[in-house]
Amino acid sequence: MKLSKTTTEVFNEVGELTYFTARFFREIFSPRFEWREFFRQCYVIGYKSLPLIGLTGFIMGLVLTIQVRPTLIEYGVEARIPAMMGLSFVREIGPVLSALIFAGKIGSSMGAELGSMRVTEQIDSMEVSGTNPYKFLVVTRVLAATIMLPVLSSLSDVIGIYGSYVAFNIRGAMTLRLFISEVFNYLKFSDIFPAHIKCYFFGFAVGIIGCYKGYFTRLGTAGVGRAANSAVVVSSVLIFILDLLVVQITDLIGIG
Amino acid sequence: MARRDRHIAPLNEPGINEPVITVHDLYKAFQQNEVLRGFNFELQKGETLVILGRSGSGKSVLIKCIIGLMKPDKGSINVLGNDILSLSVQDMDKLRMRVGFLFQSNALYDSMTIRENLEFPMRRHLSNLDADEVNKRVMESLEDVGLAHTVDMMPSELSGGMQKRVALARTLILKPEIILYDEPTTGLDPITGAEISDLIVEIQEKYQTSSIVISHDMKCVEITADRIAVLLQGICYAQGTYETLVASEDASIKQFFH
Ligand SMILES: Nc1ncnc2c1ncn2[C@@H]1O[C@H](COP(=O)(O)OP(=O)(O)O)[C@@H](O)[C@H]1O
Ligand SMILES: [Mg+2]
Repeated sequence: MKLSKTTTEVFNEVGELTYFTARFFREIFSPRFEWREFFRQCYVIGYKSLPLIGLTGFIMGLVLTIQVRPTLIEYGVEARIPAMMGLSFVREIGPVLSALIFAGKIGSSMGAELGSMRVTEQIDSMEVSGTNPYKFLVVTRVLAATIMLPVLSSLSDVIGIYGSYVAFNIRGAMTLRLFISEVFNYLKFSDIFPAHIKCYFFGFAVGIIGCYKGYFTRLGTAGVGRAANSAVVVSSVLIFILDLLVVQITDLIGIG
Repeated sequence: MARRDRHIAPLNEPGINEPVITVHDLYKAFQQNEVLRGFNFELQKGETLVILGRSGSGKSVLIKCIIGLMKPDKGSINVLGNDILSLSVQDMDKLRMRVGFLFQSNALYDSMTIRENLEFPMRRHLSNLDADEVNKRVMESLEDVGLAHTVDMMPSELSGGMQKRVALARTLILKPEIILYDEPTTGLDPITGAEISDLIVEIQEKYQTSSIVISHDMKCVEITADRIAVLLQGICYAQGTYETLVASEDASIKQFFH
């Protein structure tokens, strides 16, 4: 059987990425974890993406509430807005929205940063000076992304629900306290838990794709732009695929 | 093939036959592109060997094989008595401490200050040093290249020539026995280039290092070379001192010197 060139390339890339990911799990447990670089990455990642994730979450809560309200009034269930928005944010909008913003902001900057380090030989230089560049650059970044995304997503939930409260109170009056207690009345552990878990997968996906694309940048400076760009495209698509898988799995084992 | 390894002048003067690097019959190809096709040379202790070749002739590939950043397809490389192709990762790291590498693009870490750049090789290799000693070494290295005042600046604040000097200071910080220079003057103006070449000679005299300088800048070759090996079509096409090669009648060699 003769495969076309692009098909072979796709299979090659999937193979390389699998190997790259396997290396992550091998190297994360070998001694001399780069703690300082890890904490620096957590800080940088949080600080870079929090404003954007907060802003989009707020606007999303605001806009959705304004748009669903007339329909809910028609059915006489306006009072269910807090419950509905709480559920949608915690289960889907918070995680996916933050993951997509995260891919755009953090995935691309990892691709570009490691890419330019590759083409200016900084990665080779680390290796020559006795530091394992995979451990120093990739392990710390991927782990930081994996841990930070769930945190950012939870913040996005909170800010989004607050946005919804603000929109609700444009017409109508409900205290914040009542609004929040309405949200929590309808939230179960089985809503929060799978959604929280999938954030770790999203964060890991963004981190590993961004680092993979950057780490293997070729063809000089032009390659850096391409690495950043394809990091965003691939990780965004992967986020949706993972989301689909998680829904199927949690459905199957009966939580959520 | 008749020209392979033709010695234009006998080189090994009696008394200096103590090779620190021996490369034998090195082959390296990227798919169809055969870059090295049986390259041979020896670097003697204390000498500066220039490897002369045009852009894209495989000079960087050659020294990256020597430092273990690339694996050759065939051949053997011996550095300071170690066969580097059969070395474990740990032993390779130890060996790399004795071999400095100055990258063509400087490879300064642009998110770190000059001080952090210079400390980076020490965090692994000399982690037993205390803060005072680390600082002393950093300043000493920077003074060697005349840039002590830049210690708290970022690489992007420095000119190309200064970046090259800082990169050299970072290479010197582990006091290597061998230094490999990848096109040290490419991309610099002629005057700055000559300054860097002089600095290479100065460092060689001060620390008695053995060096390989890769270049196609004839000014730099003239200043630094004790001996020259010409890399052409993947082999060591000719070797000799600057004077013998300048006098050569071979057309392929002449084109470097006009
Ligand atoms: N990682 C690589 N993958 C594929 N080809 C490479 C790679 N590195 C170098 N080459 C090819 O090897 C040849 C020699 O490259 P290089 O050693 O960088 O040349 P130079 O003598 O200018 O330093 C070039 O044709 C280049 O395209
Ligand atoms: Mg080169």
